[in-house]
Amino acid sequence: MRRSPTNNARIALTVNGETKELLFAPNKTLLEVLREDLGLTGTKHGCELGECGACAVLLNGRPVLSCLVLALECDGRQVETIEGLADDARLHPLQEAFADCGAAQCGYCTPGFLVTAKALLDERPNATRGEITEALSGNLCRCTGYIQIFEAVEEAAAKMGAKESK
Amino acid sequence: MMRAGRFRYVVAKSAAEAAQALADGGGKAMLLAGGTDLVPNMKRRQQMPEIVVSLRQVAELREVAMNGETAIGAGVTLADVVRDPRLRQHGALFRAVAQVATPLIRNTATLGGNLCLDTRCNYYDQNYEWRRAIDFCKKAPGPEAVAIDAVADDGDGTCWVAPSSARCWAVSSTDSAPALIALGARVTLLSSRDGAREIPLEALFHDDGMHYMTKRADEVLTRVRVPHDGVRSTYWKLRRRGAFDFPALGVAAAVRFGTAGVVEHARVVLGAVASKPLLLPESSLLVGRALTDDAIAEFVDATARWAKPLDNTDFLMTWRKQVSKLFLGGVLRELRGDDVQTFPLLARRAATLRNPVW
Repeated sequence: MRRSPTNNARIALTVNGETKELLFAPNKTLLEVLREDLGLTGTKHGCELGECGACAVLLNGRPVLSCLVLALECDGRQVETIEGLADDARLHPLQEAFADCGAAQCGYCTPGFLVTAKALLDERPNATRGEITEALSGNLCRCTGYIQIFEAVEEAAAKMGAKESK
Repeated sequence: MMRAGRFRYVVAKSAAEAAQALADGGGKAMLLAGGTDLVPNMKRRQQMPEIVVSLRQVAELREVAMNGETAIGAGVTLADVVRDPRLRQHGALFRAVAQVATPLIRNTATLGGNLCLDTRCNYYDQNYEWRRAIDFCKKAPGPEAVAIDAVADDGDGTCWVAPSSARCWAVSSTDSAPALIALGARVTLLSSRDGAREIPLEALFHDDGMHYMTKRADEVLTRVRVPHDGVRSTYWKLRRRGAFDFPALGVAAAVRFGTAGVVEHARVVLGAVASKPLLLPESSLLVGRALTDDAIAEFVDATARWAKPLDNTDFLMTWRKQVSKLFLGGVLRELRGDDVQTFPLLARRAATLRNPVW
């Protein structure tokens, strides 16, 4: 590993609603800054090359791969990570549904799936199975398989819809 | 763990500023748009720009305008191409872009970036240690290789695909370029020295894995213009998985039909079989007659010589060659209106329109 000698990049980054001034090595990716400089290790470090989806976060509401985005490119933008999904102690319906449906096994891919699914349901609350499959096609899971994950997203969508119609 | 090397970061506020920064960089600067090609290449030490010129704040590159033609800024993300209902009329473009990589990548990757995508090869797209273990390759022949339009001399390094070859055989792996070439697109290149010049998209590429673009290192690709000329178009992609993979073969076709189904205009393009997308000159054989089974068979026979896949991407090269014939005939059958559900499995899968969210 090459260490960066100086932390001479400075940006203002809003992470999970909190704006922070950050000083870091300019060659770092958003993933590296989240995990190493902010201690937000919920976002996982997978392939580092855009081939697995484990590092997905929401950037201005859209799911992107934090391993491929230079942190410098995020100045003034909003980042949402898995740590921002729960509302204090109350889990997000997606998190509940993933637990209830057995949609996680080793759990390494789960944060990436959850934030990607959140972006999907924020935009399409009634997403069909086909849309769910398509939206999550950039997230790999090597142990659970995908059926429980798709079911959990459907379950969460149904719960969120029921809540809204009350 | 792989980290990108060190670089100086410059933020351009306009396309002209970006062009100036490239000129000032004297061949050591590269543009950063979505970063989904450049950042992995920087981590693997395939591309090591000393200066990275960010296009993030260049709003003019993110505009889409419809005015008797379609003009798409090079900085429009692939997800925004997929989302824009106005762009659906360009069937080949929509289908090509919707099948690039994954939704997560399409949310940052740009159309210009996909057009300029680095050529790919099993011996090149590997991490630094892997490449050092084989003593590198022709495209990036040493640890200091700064592959900005390839700085290496053609004499350096060994091509592991064809060891006696004087050239590099890395494969053009862009999905959008074959589609846009079939659609007759033109691209604008901007430099601080010469201003803007517009060329047909097919002229952007060289059939050489290292020097794969005619775009100079000081030029910024700013815009893609697609004519509204009444063509019907499609794009078929061969890949192992339904997402992620670069094309092992891409076939794009655009055809305009006149009365009684007579072809007035046709452009068929092969992708991922050479170091550039191949606009097939035999496309003109299709003009002036209907797309009968005979006409399609003659076209497939006449064009079979173009696909010469080498053993440097996924799948067996001989099989990729066979599939190129299936796809060349298949795209024409789809465009003449055959029911794609009656196609053989591989063709049916390639012809079935996916419905991406992003």
